[in-house]
Amino acid sequence: MLLAGGQGSRLGVLTHERAKPAVAYGGKYRIIDFPLSNCAHSGIDAVGVLTQYQPLELNTYIGNGSPWDLDSLTGGAFVLPPYVKGKSGKWYSGTADAIYQNKYFIEQFDPDYLVVLSGDHIYKMNYDWLIGEHRAKGADATIAVIPVPMEEASRFGIMITDKDMRIKQFEEKPERPKSNLASMGVYAFTWPVLRAYLDADAANEKSSNDFGKDIIPAMLKGKERLFAYEYSGYWKDVGTIRSLWEANMELLQDYPPLNLYDDPWRILSRNPNEPPHYVDAGAVITNSMISEGCHIYGTVINSILSSGVTVAKNAVVRDSIIMTESEIGEGSIVDMSIIDEEVKVGKGCRIGDYAGASHKIAVIGKKAVIEDGGSVAANEQVGVSETVPAAAAGSAAAACAVSKAGRSAAAAAKTVAAKKTAAGKASGAAAKTSAAKKRGAGMGKEA
Amino acid sequence: MRGDTFGMIYAGEQVFDLRELVDVRSVGALPVGGRYRVIDFPLSNMVNSGIRNVAVIASRNYNSLVDHLGSGKAWDLSRKSDGLFFLTPFANRDNPGVYRGAVEALKSSMDYLKRAKQPYCIISDCRTIYNTTYDEIMDFHISSDADVTILYNRLSNEKWRGKRYEDTRIGVKKGGEVNRMEMDMPETSLDGLTMGAYIIRRDLLVHLVDESYAQGGYHFFDDMLRNGLGRIKIMGFEYKGYVSRLHNVASYYQTNMDFLDADIQKKLFQGANRIYTKVKDEVPARYLSTASVKNSIVANGCIIEGEVENCVLFRGVYIGKGTTVKSSIILPGAEVNDDAELENVVIDKNVVVRNRTRLIGSAEYPMIIQKGAVV
Repeated sequence: MLLAGGQGSRLGVLTHERAKPAVAYGGKYRIIDFPLSNCAHSGIDAVGVLTQYQPLELNTYIGNGSPWDLDSLTGGAFVLPPYVKGKSGKWYSGTADAIYQNKYFIEQFDPDYLVVLSGDHIYKMNYDWLIGEHRAKGADATIAVIPVPMEEASRFGIMITDKDMRIKQFEEKPERPKSNLASMGVYAFTWPVLRAYLDADAANEKSSNDFGKDIIPAMLKGKERLFAYEYSGYWKDVGTIRSLWEANMELLQDYPPLNLYDDPWRILSRNPNEPPHYVDAGAVITNSMISEGCHIYGTVINSILSSGVTVAKNAVVRDSIIMTESEIGEGSIVDMSIIDEEVKVGKGCRIGDYAGASHKIAVIGKKAVIEDGGSVAANEQVGVSETVPAAAAGSAAAACAVSKAGRSAAAAAKTVAAKKTAAGKASGAAAKTSAAKKRGAGMGKEA
Repeated sequence: MRGDTFGMIYAGEQVFDLRELVDVRSVGALPVGGRYRVIDFPLSNMVNSGIRNVAVIASRNYNSLVDHLGSGKAWDLSRKSDGLFFLTPFANRDNPGVYRGAVEALKSSMDYLKRAKQPYCIISDCRTIYNTTYDEIMDFHISSDADVTILYNRLSNEKWRGKRYEDTRIGVKKGGEVNRMEMDMPETSLDGLTMGAYIIRRDLLVHLVDESYAQGGYHFFDDMLRNGLGRIKIMGFEYKGYVSRLHNVASYYQTNMDFLDADIQKKLFQGANRIYTKVKDEVPARYLSTASVKNSIVANGCIIEGEVENCVLFRGVYIGKGTTVKSSIILPGAEVNDDAELENVVIDKNVVVRNRTRLIGSAEYPMIIQKGAVV
């Protein structure tokens, strides 16, 4: 059972219209490709994907699970949103509740063991080994753990184990951690045991219905056999804009910590039907990853481009991530930015700051439009489908106003309405209405 | 969906002038354009026309073709009714198992031909590259009450000027009727070049194949159709878009180089009709800090450390440090190590080029390094 309901609110505009597991990574992948590929390679052929928040993009992406070979006779990929059961239908109130509400789905398969996974992390793991260990130890629950630096341990759920790795104690985000073994959100359970605890937990009105907070502590209290399974490999929670950017940039190291060229453990994904990418005679590409369907006429340095991206002549893209079907117009400069899908950046735009200058990341939401000459400062977020008009006359280089086109999206985003620059002041009033767009366009012409 | 038409692709043709490239595979399975195989083009053309019943007639070396097509899922042809059929040769009383021509192949595919539910058939060869749907030509075929419609383009629109293989030409009168047919004529005034695609009613096809076979004619064009000239109504439909044919190594090379042309790219890949192919889960192409790539097509899975200019790199190619590759075509999985120099070369699949190797061919006669070789 793959928990894919995560909102990923710290990813800002990137998760306004999609759940966190559907966020793009490494050019052609999405985060959920990792647990799904792990399932495929571990011989798990029936996967329930629990969705709740913004499931549309995720549902479309998973489909019948064929990219992960899950469209099999006995198994399958099942997208499981919350549903109404008589009078008692409700949202999933927690991770444990999501499993509890789908217990009849699980029992169709009459399983001995159940693996519960989080759809939020990037890692490669053989769940078959986890289940093997679980079975060998006669465990009731086995929790995958990863050693983290002691000073960071207070950010995680921490397991305190004896020398046989049996869990003695579990602490959720402890102030003074007694161990550095952090839970990865990957669990193997003996199903009949888990089911009893889920039933009891559902009956308890005070429970928050969460694996970490309720089920695991209850199982420990009930003296069940809980073991930790130590994993040593790459594991990354890309919960924030910065960590997403960093995880991508790690792929551009000479020897990336995550090996995507691991033939028996290939990361499977839904492949777009695009021709190979084209590199023009005037293009410069160094230390980057470029996907199919891209057209590169400008310069791309230290960047990751998803499929179908166009970088026009004299445009420069540095230290940035550009997602599917976005266009960077002629002469535009993009630094330290994450640009979501189908964004149109016009000519002569300035997005983000050069890495050395501020180390802040600019983010542009899906389908946003940056008009010719427009600019987006470092650390700024442009909402989904928003339009950023051209810079004011006479100060083409200065940052300008960001309109609030998609109101609901803008409310959640930390959209900067107007900049504290001369240009921003000059057109300060123009920030909010669609009139700004017209005026912006006009200013572009003057400039 | 085009419920009135089924497709047949004859993949048994041998083009000997493609030399080592077709030693290990049939022409249809030849990689082209960085990611595709030749058969993707006729197959996608049919699928994009809404045809849901397609038979591929294989003859020799069809291992890689079967491997590529699989169940036909990538072309949306894995279906409960109809879908993709693979007709492989088998020796029986009438047929030695190796086809001498398309007529013989069709003769041994009679079971399929007679069982097809659709009244019209599109027959296509497997060495002509273009992107279109057959809707317009089908409408033309039906409205002009033709028995056979031949898809053709004009020599004046052709880029290729070199030696031609099995050059089949037609003369077309005003209004579209075909009045002359020639094959490999040394000096000819005809400039209509058949594109290896024909539309014909199913029952007429069955009849013509039986008749031609009975008279000892094995070839579709020069035996079956030419015999029909004057007896049946043969029409020509001119195609004005980009067409490329694989005649020999040089035209294979030229076809791949054509894909670097922005205009041709647009025509082949950016229109409404997509060319489908088998997908592979490859990592996006990786450019290292020493990479320099100009005017090239690069597929996923490539790792580039050296210099590449005017090239087509297929999936999973490695270009080492200090290496320069110019005007070359590198097929999937080939590895060109450090400090090598390559120009006008076609490197077949899984070749390993060792450090400091120099391989220089010419554009008119490109050097081929055979599949799996270590040089």
